Amino acid sequence: MPTIFGMPPQVLFGQLSLGLINGSFYALLSLGLAVIFGMLNIVNFAHGAVYMMGAFCAYFLLNGIDLPIPWWMAGHFSLMNIHFGSHLSFWWALLLAPIIVGAIGMFLQRVLIARIAGLDHIYGLLLTFGLAAILQGLFQNQFGSSGLPYEIPDGLSGGHNLGFMFLPNYRAFVVGASIVVCFATWFVIERTKLGSYLRAATENPSLVRAFGINVPLMITLTYGFGVALAAFAGVLAAPIYQVRPLMGADLIIVVFAVVVIGGMGSILGSIVTGFGLGIVEGLTKVYYPQASGIVVFVIMAIVLLIKPTGLFGRAA
Amino acid sequence: MTAISLSEAHGRNRAQKVAMVVMLAVLLAAPFFVYPYFLMQALCFALLACAFNLLVGYVGLLSFGHAMFMGTGAYICAHLAQARGVPVEFAIPAGMLVAALVGVVAGALSIRRQGIYFSMTTLALSQLIYFLALELPFTHGEDGIQPVPQTKIFGGLLDLGHPLQIYYFVLVIFFAGFLLIYRVINSPFGEVLKSIRENEPRAISLGYKVDQYKLMAFVLSATLAGLAGATKALVVQNASLSDVYWTTSGEIVLMTLVGGMGTIFGPVIGAFIVSAMQVYLSGLGQWVTVIQGVIFVTCVLAFRRGIVGEIAAKFGLNL
Repeated sequence: MPTIFGMPPQVLFGQLSLGLINGSFYALLSLGLAVIFGMLNIVNFAHGAVYMMGAFCAYFLLNGIDLPIPWWMAGHFSLMNIHFGSHLSFWWALLLAPIIVGAIGMFLQRVLIARIAGLDHIYGLLLTFGLAAILQGLFQNQFGSSGLPYEIPDGLSGGHNLGFMFLPNYRAFVVGASIVVCFATWFVIERTKLGSYLRAATENPSLVRAFGINVPLMITLTYGFGVALAAFAGVLAAPIYQVRPLMGADLIIVVFAVVVIGGMGSILGSIVTGFGLGIVEGLTKVYYPQASGIVVFVIMAIVLLIKPTGLFGRAA
Repeated sequence: MTAISLSEAHGRNRAQKVAMVVMLAVLLAAPFFVYPYFLMQALCFALLACAFNLLVGYVGLLSFGHAMFMGTGAYICAHLAQARGVPVEFAIPAGMLVAALVGVVAGALSIRRQGIYFSMTTLALSQLIYFLALELPFTHGEDGIQPVPQTKIFGGLLDLGHPLQIYYFVLVIFFAGFLLIYRVINSPFGEVLKSIRENEPRAISLGYKVDQYKLMAFVLSATLAGLAGATKALVVQNASLSDVYWTTSGEIVLMTLVGGMGTIFGPVIGAFIVSAMQVYLSGLGQWVTVIQGVIFVTCVLAFRRGIVGEIAAKFGLNL
């Protein structure tokens, strides 16, 4: 049996593919954080919660949803669970969940987040932390803390034997879909006219506004888009990790570390850092499993020592 | 800022002294009316929130990872007292000291970034400490360390098994920490800290070594947070993973936000309110999280000065 640095290739490449998948989520989430930060100047602490909502949205679209509806009967006010049936597949969820969660995000941005525009950075962090607590608490009340299963879609079950490893089709799909979405985002922001408005509004909103462009609308759409990216990642995660109310709570902290390492100034930087750290984490799981939970934070500490602005960051 | 005349400044200072006497009187009398173990926990959190407030309120640094210092203090104190048989009067300072060392490292790293990056860095570092607390052998993972013995200390002078004696022991620790923070805020060092909060580039151009000041404030805050954690380990007789988890960091932020960031007495009020919520609403399960989130959102949108900050602004006081 051949080994690579003392590890059978099956184990090594298996963990590497899982690392790539985590890296896809890091990339999608940190990309959304970077886009939102560029435009709104806030760090969206609720990003983990919307990732979770994306996964739940996929679950509801497949299995239907029980909504507690306020009910007035015989002089008493009560809540009645009414089932709304739905049986939409993974593919519909991949399309609809980001739209639905993005719309919820835009609503929250308009009624809550817009009110703190121009205030100190820390208020954005505190407000979205509160939002995350509300969202996660509500889902925990309804669904407990354990996970709900979500099947791998029919067309993507099974896998291929590549000779050196067995690659499940779904894992390959997640990595491929993430790369496509990440680079589509990069293309829209860096290479299209819409993206140029966006970059201009990031640099100088009042000037862009003077040119007759509706900057508040752009801000809302940007927030919705960033949130939709997280929801997309949530749908992708649903079949791999179970659908849990707290699935995004710990993830967002790792993503923050990814953002500190990469810096939020560069779109490509976010993508590269996200995938790179996923791979490093996967390798750590193979060679030194005890450290796999902390390796990203240790790398963050090292980067802060060597290049405080982050790998792709510019000096403030 | 408008210039303050000397007599006005004197009047403001008097309000602070009156408030401090009232606070001390209330806390001295409290155990005869309220369950002492609730009060002791609230006092530990109050000291923690005051330490956190020193950073966010007076230097403008929002640490989202203060649970790491509290947890370090708690784990070291609990380990020494429970597994090594070290007397509590030495275990608590030891916990504080190790928290200070963690503070030196975490501070030196995180003040290299500013604004929200600082907050994200502290959060990530505290998650690092959380994983260490989960993996290291002496912390006993999910079980935590317990029981921390409440014995006689100072050669039998003080019996920590007695509810009133341990209460006043904890009150002395809290008040010493509170006075230290009060003194620091009103010292020339504190004035430099405030100037960094108001205008960092100007403070640099005036020749202050801003990073050194930030680091000193950070380490002081971490040390007092460690003291609070070590004392809490004695009070609740255990150190557990929840002491180092990010939800605890969030609660510290919430306490200070509710009471009033940048006020002297706000964190104490906020700590008592949030602690009382946890006790009296504990039957509601996860609704507590939702309620805390709603309070966060409400405070940020409508109530940014917090309870004490609003009162102080209304009556033109400096509390």
